[in-house]
Amino acid sequence: MADPVGYRRAAPGTQPEWLHPPYRSSVGRAPTRPPVRAPHTISEITGPIFGHDRVGPDEVDLTRQHGAPAIGERIIVGGRVLDEDGRPLPGTLVELWQCNAAGRYRHPLDQHDAPLDPNFTGFGRAIADAEGRYRFVTVRPGAYPWRNHANAWRPAHIHFSLFGPGFVTRLVTQMYFPGDPLLPLDPIFNCVADPVAQQRLIAAFDLESTVPEVALGYRWDIVLRGRAATPMER
Amino acid sequence: MRLVTTPSQTVGPYVHIGFDPMTVTDLAKDAAGERIVVAGRVLDGAGQPIPDAVLELWQANAAGRYAHPEDAGSAPLDPAFLGFGRVPTDGDGRFRFTTIRPGAAPGPGNTLQAPHIVVCLFMRGLLRHLFTRIYLEDAPENAGDPILALIDEPARRGTLLARRTAGEAEYRWDIVMQGDRETVFFDV
Repeated sequence: MADPVGYRRAAPGTQPEWLHPPYRSSVGRAPTRPPVRAPHTISEITGPIFGHDRVGPDEVDLTRQHGAPAIGERIIVGGRVLDEDGRPLPGTLVELWQCNAAGRYRHPLDQHDAPLDPNFTGFGRAIADAEGRYRFVTVRPGAYPWRNHANAWRPAHIHFSLFGPGFVTRLVTQMYFPGDPLLPLDPIFNCVADPVAQQRLIAAFDLESTVPEVALGYRWDIVLRGRAATPMER
Repeated sequence: MRLVTTPSQTVGPYVHIGFDPMTVTDLAKDAAGERIVVAGRVLDGAGQPIPDAVLELWQANAAGRYAHPEDAGSAPLDPAFLGFGRVPTDGDGRFRFTTIRPGAAPGPGNTLQAPHIVVCLFMRGLLRHLFTRIYLEDAPENAGDPILALIDEPARRGTLLARRTAGEAEYRWDIVMQGDRETVFFDV
């Protein structure tokens, strides 16, 4: 059997290094030895494929998962899941989690003195359609303090997790909002050296997906690794 | 035109909100094959347990075939086996999962990969996930495994070997992020 064609490697600076001292938690957890470079075998180019039955009907609208609507500014977040060649990746499982509009997560470790909303869990899930599109309705998450450094605040963000076509296309990331004054101060956002790659983390305000009288729309396309074109790129 | 990939960002301390709804600690269920348990701990550079890590697992079935259309091998598929797991650590950094012993799968060239489980590791503090592999110390195929052979220092290969605990179909495997026993991670 011929060797499988692998996926492309990230260009320098387009993905974070494991050790990024301004983000304090990376210091005691980032490996100190360089990872061992390995080819993509059948074990890496394959990966779990999840069917549409994984996603319940309430999971794309985080504002209506309980008895009453969630509190906060309702927004729509949608876009396409693509590979590096711009090809849509239909069937991709997209998981999302976030804090509420006041900047508080529904999690026992989050002791930030901000109210919990009994009508907001902060978890959603979708499967990208035939054109690679996904769409969530949620509330705009609040900024919140953390103890990384003096007077540290995380910019508003939504966590995203994606399973692409193979295990090596796995991506977990965070989406940010345009014009957030906290972005230049955030060591997590600023772990990406390449400015073009970094801009990928910021959604765009989108009048087209804005629903009149209902919610502002934000567009965020997510790009996963593409296939190597030649064996040399493996 | 080539698009730049979306950068990775850490899962942060509240990863359980996003990952728990799809936790899978029993990969075996009704699948064919020898059931095994793999258990261990995830430790940081100071030897402290990491309570907010998640291991994702991907493996072939007992015959060495992956449940994926790109595995065109002739070994049989098992409709009862997906091969995916998602296992969080507990407050003491411990994890435990049940699966079936994977079969050997083809490697680069005409090599054979020893039975292994691919691990994708997430935690607060990791801005980008890490890939590693679990091998079973009692598998005779390990000696010829093309991926283990990439590790220059033979002593470090041992960090990928799950050790059989006395008499049981249970293996012990720890992940150590830093230091003398630092686990080998792969750039894939």
